[in-house]
Amino acid sequence: MPSPVRRLAGALHRRPGLRLAALLCAPMAWLTLAYLGSLTVLLLSAFWTTNDFTSNIEYVWNTANFTQLVSDPLYRAVALRTLAIAVGVTVLDAVLALPMAFYLARVARSATRRLLLVAVTTPLWAGYLVKVYAWWVLLSHGGVLDWLGGTPGFGVPAVVVTLAYLWLPYMLLPLYAALAQLPASYLEASADLGARPWATLRTVVLPIVKPALLAGSVFTFSLSLGDYLTVQIVGGTTQMIGNVIADNVTLNLPLAAAVSCVPVLLVVGYLLAVRRTGALESL
Amino acid sequence: MHLSRGARAALRLATAAGLAVLYLPLLVVLVNSFNASRSFAWPPTGLTLRWWSAAWQEAGVRDALWTSVRAGLGATAVALVLGTMAAFAATRHRFFGRQTVSFLLILPIALPGIVTGIALNAAFRTVLTPLGIGFGLFTVVVGHATFCIVVVFNNVSARLRRLPTSSEDASADLGAHTFQTFWYVTLPAVRGALFAGALLAFALSFDEIVVTTFTAGPGTQTLPLWIFANLARPNQGPVVDVVASALILLSALPVYLAHRMSEERDPAPRTRQARLP
Repeated sequence: MPSPVRRLAGALHRRPGLRLAALLCAPMAWLTLAYLGSLTVLLLSAFWTTNDFTSNIEYVWNTANFTQLVSDPLYRAVALRTLAIAVGVTVLDAVLALPMAFYLARVARSATRRLLLVAVTTPLWAGYLVKVYAWWVLLSHGGVLDWLGGTPGFGVPAVVVTLAYLWLPYMLLPLYAALAQLPASYLEASADLGARPWATLRTVVLPIVKPALLAGSVFTFSLSLGDYLTVQIVGGTTQMIGNVIADNVTLNLPLAAAVSCVPVLLVVGYLLAVRRTGALESL
Repeated sequence: MHLSRGARAALRLATAAGLAVLYLPLLVVLVNSFNASRSFAWPPTGLTLRWWSAAWQEAGVRDALWTSVRAGLGATAVALVLGTMAAFAATRHRFFGRQTVSFLLILPIALPGIVTGIALNAAFRTVLTPLGIGFGLFTVVVGHATFCIVVVFNNVSARLRRLPTSSEDASADLGAHTFQTFWYVTLPAVRGALFAGALLAFALSFDEIVVTTFTAGPGTQTLPLWIFANLARPNQGPVVDVVASALILLSALPVYLAHRMSEERDPAPRTRQARLP
């Protein structure tokens, strides 16, 4: 008579369906209960309202929050500003990361490359708040930039620069990986066929690193889209969607929930659009 | 691609400038933690070690650090188990909805932290609070684990995709059952990926502030929450500088560990190849 463990192992071995179910049930249960469940609670609460006088939630189904969201020009301005900042950060990071990744992957010698990779990844571990704080120190009046000749102060430029700084390694690393895997023969073939470096870059390199560029942009775009702490610290009076949500959480949760749908729709839409290119596989 | 001397120089310059931008702000914080004046002033008027000893003696910092470590360990443990199970399911099986599973795994980290945070907050309040489970370390661990699963999943899946199933088949042919094969053959082969995933999960949890804000009770303070609470207090400036500097210096540790892991992992394929006829 085989032991119960061996019998269970045998059953799992013979039936792949059972094995799959056993492997999937715990992670899916966690994500469905803890995460999708939470998101559902949040979405449902967007259809309730808060009493203006008592600040109590009234559990009556209505779409007042969404109507307010669409009709109030303030929300439209904040949403557009947020989108512009997220796109700006993504473009800035792509422009900064491409030459660095190219140098690391294709120009630097292997000993230098190892050293540079360490140098690039180490600041990634320093922590979100530490890095935002560092920029607060740099940008503040009486700070280093002021001493060097003038600080832009706290506002939208400070937010874009700080966010681009925060997420740069997330753009750099996928680009580096893609460029390092690029077969050298492609570049040689392109050169043999008479393409100048610039043409090779545009017609050979960029199409191949496109999935990596998009993978990096998933991070830079969605992380910027939802940020509110960086804006609080270096944004001055600037508001992004995240700030509107954060400001309403305690006093008007239904409104905060309705506003949350904006970044959720944007990010999910972006993920679905990017998924077709295979970018999510290289995350 | 044959690059001209000028193009190479331009690329080298861009890389050097990029690195300078990456390090300059961190360097300023580091120098500032030794700044003798209490109120922030650049350039420093003199250098002192007294803020470092003041920070060391601050109980709030030590308590927050300990809370962060416990939350990180808890979230990492949950993420390791669930992420590994999901990785095995997604790489070793073909099934309907596989894309949906990976999408569901990415979602908690792709959606803005504030949405994840307030969703968990609303759910905990409606479900857990009536059951008598209050906000605290437990809810923080649940929140962190939710977005840490994906990093373990990514690392382990990447390793599993490259791992041929032949050694597992051989193990089964030699009479080992599913669990023995997992324990003696598969687990040692994915150990490096598990470690890398755990390291990333812990770092992610240790650094998280937004989800923590909405899932920690009033009595639970992690290190990022402590830093944020003290950013606004002018007389705490030097201590915040020291804590930030300590974290900057500590960031070399995971890089070193990851480097050691990759050195340990590199020779393995070579030896395996050498043994094959």
